[in-house]
Amino acid sequence: MGLSVLAAIRPDSWNLPLLVHAFGAMLAVGGLVTAAASLALAKGEARLLRLGYFSLLAITLPGWIIMRIGAQWIFSKEGWDDLPDRLIPSWIGIGFMVADFGGLLLLASLIVGGIGIRRMRQGKGAGLLKATLVLAVVLLAACIVAVWAMAGKPG
Amino acid sequence: MRFDDWMLALHVLSAFSLVAGLILFWALIVVGRRIDTPQATLSLGPVARVGTATVGVGMVGTIVFGLWLAFSVRNYDIWDAWIIIALVLWFIGAALGRKTGEAFLEGPKKAMELQEAGQTGPNAELLELNRTSRGVLLQTLTSLVVLLIILDMIWKPWA
Repeated sequence: MGLSVLAAIRPDSWNLPLLVHAFGAMLAVGGLVTAAASLALAKGEARLLRLGYFSLLAITLPGWIIMRIGAQWIFSKEGWDDLPDRLIPSWIGIGFMVADFGGLLLLASLIVGGIGIRRMRQGKGAGLLKATLVLAVVLLAACIVAVWAMAGKPG
Repeated sequence: MRFDDWMLALHVLSAFSLVAGLILFWALIVVGRRIDTPQATLSLGPVARVGTATVGVGMVGTIVFGLWLAFSVRNYDIWDAWIIIALVLWFIGAALGRKTGEAFLEGPKKAMELQEAGQTGPNAELLELNRTSRGVLLQTLTSLVVLLIILDMIWKPWA
């Protein structure tokens, strides 16, 4: 379905779920950018390492939950859940894959980072937070692909 | 994907970049409220530069790709009310964002002065500058303007 057609026919009742979905996604991406920048540029400084980890915990995680709730809401509003799986377009598949597998990756990064913060407080180094950085960058790349798919609607 | 679909994808990605930068700055504002030493103040600089870059990419991308879409998409016209509202809000947001940046640069400027003078310990004036209530007010207003643009883009009033 072309962009102009879609823009013209979206009913008003889809707007709130779309806003919830987009708002959550923006929070999640904002938290990821903050986390990745802080962890990458920390150079061992505890304040920036903590900022990186807590950005994931306090911004990305709630954003991810809001985004996923909004995704299910708009999916249902648009009537996609009434269709067989083979008729679901690929852009929705990309979105769900990033949201669900990305959510697991986010949880893994939070667990690894939480242990890293604990070890850092005990003076045992911040090596695990480098793993959190890598996971955050991977998640950020996946989110960029998802946003591109959601907006451009390939297929 | 048609060319306009790519333009829309880049427009939306730019909006995400803009909001991501704003969120990054909010995180720095929260962290900065407890910082009273020059070294700690200046250590936030590289992260702030990432925020400046993401906001810059977001501002330029939203206006360039947005204008393209306004002229290219059959159902949109540049004089549509929701597009004019978005353009006005974009210019207000840009002006507010510039003022916000100026307000939050006072702290790092003071930190540089203190460091050059060899004063590396806690400083009450620096803490006050890092907690600038004017800066927080301007950042709040900028964020509200961006939120209004997002609402305008989704609801498209009078479309």
